[in-house]
Amino acid sequence: MGDDMKLTITHKTTYDYDTPVHYALQKLRLIPRTGHGQTVLNWQTEINGGEKQVTFDDQFVNHTELVKVTPGTTRIEIISTGEVEVHNQNGVIGQHNGYAPLWLFEEATAMTAAGNQIRHLASLVRQETADLDDVARLHHLSKAILSRVTYETGQTDSTTTAEMALSAGHGVCQDHSHIMIAAARVLGYPARYISGYLFMDGYDQQDATHAWAEIWITGLGWVGFDVSNGISPDGRYVRVATGRDYSDAAPILGIRQGVGAENLHVSLQVQQ
Amino acid sequence: MRQVACGATVGWKTGGMTHAATFFDEMLSGAEGARDPYKVYYDWFENEDLKRLRRKSVDAETFFRKIGITFNVYGQEEADERLIPFDIVPRIIAAREWAKLERGIEQRVRAINAFLYDIYHGQEILRAGRIPRTLISGNEAFCPEMIGVNPPGGVYTHICGVDLVRTGEDDFYVLEDNVRTPSGVSYMLENRETMLQMFPELFTQLKVRPVSSYPQTLRRSLSASAPGSSPNAAPVIAVLTPGIHNSAYFEHAFLADQMGAELVESHDLQIVDGRVAMRTTQGYQTIDVLYRRVDDDYLDPLTFNPDSLLGVPGIMDVYRAGNITIANAPGTGIADDKALYSYLPDIIEFYTGEQAILKNVPTWRCSEPDALSYVLSNLKDLVVKEVHGSGGYGMLVGPAASKKEIAAFEAKLRAKPANYIAQPTLSLSTVPILSKSGLAPRHVDLRPFVLVSPNKVEITPGGLTRVALKKGSLVVNSSQGGGTKDTWVLGD
Repeated sequence: MGDDMKLTITHKTTYDYDTPVHYALQKLRLIPRTGHGQTVLNWQTEINGGEKQVTFDDQFVNHTELVKVTPGTTRIEIISTGEVEVHNQNGVIGQHNGYAPLWLFEEATAMTAAGNQIRHLASLVRQETADLDDVARLHHLSKAILSRVTYETGQTDSTTTAEMALSAGHGVCQDHSHIMIAAARVLGYPARYISGYLFMDGYDQQDATHAWAEIWITGLGWVGFDVSNGISPDGRYVRVATGRDYSDAAPILGIRQGVGAENLHVSLQVQQ
Repeated sequence: MRQVACGATVGWKTGGMTHAATFFDEMLSGAEGARDPYKVYYDWFENEDLKRLRRKSVDAETFFRKIGITFNVYGQEEADERLIPFDIVPRIIAAREWAKLERGIEQRVRAINAFLYDIYHGQEILRAGRIPRTLISGNEAFCPEMIGVNPPGGVYTHICGVDLVRTGEDDFYVLEDNVRTPSGVSYMLENRETMLQMFPELFTQLKVRPVSSYPQTLRRSLSASAPGSSPNAAPVIAVLTPGIHNSAYFEHAFLADQMGAELVESHDLQIVDGRVAMRTTQGYQTIDVLYRRVDDDYLDPLTFNPDSLLGVPGIMDVYRAGNITIANAPGTGIADDKALYSYLPDIIEFYTGEQAILKNVPTWRCSEPDALSYVLSNLKDLVVKEVHGSGGYGMLVGPAASKKEIAAFEAKLRAKPANYIAQPTLSLSTVPILSKSGLAPRHVDLRPFVLVSPNKVEITPGGLTRVALKKGSLVVNSSQGGGTKDTWVLGD
């Protein structure tokens, strides 16, 4: 686990539409950047049933692509493939890049606004960790969240807020990350959301991307905390996109005109 | 954007003093009769028959009705379409006076653009401690989606409407910098058109600087800010309107027509080949510059409010990729926020190294405890405004308010002091209007229109003069019963 790793990733997202699409856009944040301990050896995005419109870096320096779904189609496939070399930095990501000021990450967003539950958790952790340093305090917070919110799929969705998930007592990595971010902000730390990939030995087939939090600690810079797995990210983690919460860093965000349902299917392989 | 002439409202001065003793009359000086810029006009007026003038005044109204300038008054649903009253006595500004205003406005607008670039990039002004961070960080007008964006040509505020008031011979104050989507320019143009038709003889006697080239200048200015990468031979400009139900729809249609640009709505636009394009009978036409009269929040449902039906999904992505110019840039509201306003002199100094040429109205920031306690004990003399409010809504005009109103406002102010600023009631200058009994002084303000392109700042000589038609009233907002006047800047 302490070693550097070379990971091969194949991430395929398929949308099936009930009725032919009139007009739809998909915003993709699916391209990892070199830096912060990872080197992207090669990467490509293939799109079937859509056309790339523009490519740019967003306000959090995420490589972003805007795709238009081909009018009249009933299916779009987005396939990201590539190889990334990851150096284990024990979760310490370090310096802040880009123009987004650190103070922006101290502010609550709609998904990470602290309600009574989050505030209560934060004040509890503050008391329990009065003698600890920042890293130890935040690991304590991470454990406290996992003990209150069990990992369970299908109970929450991409619109669930941190406060809702903490109250419900179950959630997925997105919810764990939001609670971590919300509580860390209450404790005075800048915090951000990371969407990315995780190599899981023995699980070649995954059905969702991963998410974790990074907290700014004076002297260390950004430090990662994966609440769902109770650790700080190591050589198995590939950072893809970041932002104040999920909606800033979402791998795919779409908008569609017209009626009819859509069906989403994700197939993900992260291999050594 | 919600109303034709948003923003400027100042106090209400009462107290039984005689008019001449309190207010600066721009036309008449007690001792000497008409002041210099008004001499020719006043002589002419003295020789006119009052009845004829009043008939002209009625003609002017008919003329306006015909061309259909209408305006929805908020909170008055039954009066869907109402005419903004027009007064036929012009407001006249001397060349020397205008030259100083022009220098001051240009300095201000350049500083605002430098500020906007900085606040969405390195934020040097915060690092230097010249304005408090909380002014930006807690501010809904700050638009994170603009961080790191480089607008084509470096222009953020292509069109500004700087609201000025006058209190004396040489005393002009900036009341507000409207740098989101200022409106009212159509009135400036129509007022002049009307005056030219009614009183052609006056324009032969006086050298009045023309305003009629505004649409062409706007077109040229916007074209100069077009992205360099366009596939079009000449920049294509379109005006995006929320639609016919918007209170300023007339102005949107009017400007598009006068500029020779397309008037478009959300459903006319799509992303095509990485650019924003409008549907035409010949297929999709790429747009280079979108003069949007839709608020930031509604501009892009993929980026901002997902429920918006007025915007263009994905336009922020096209913008960030450098493939379109949005005028004005999103996020400019952070520069005309009322809490930030009081720091404008510091902002001007920080980016230009110069002292501000135009004065700011002294402002108490209620977020500061000392200021708040002063404001609370002087509410009856002050104007208190909401930091994010506009159009004269949600404010307290102390001298005009009842005890009960003051008490109710005090409770709101105590509950959320950071939401408010306070200013003294200014003794606004007056310009006469044509009343039943002849000339009668009424309070005025002035909104000059400023166009910013990569190489220059152009200010149309004059602007929109708004006048409080009610005797003694200082509220000039068209939404609250104000009228307008033609504004004449004299040539040298």
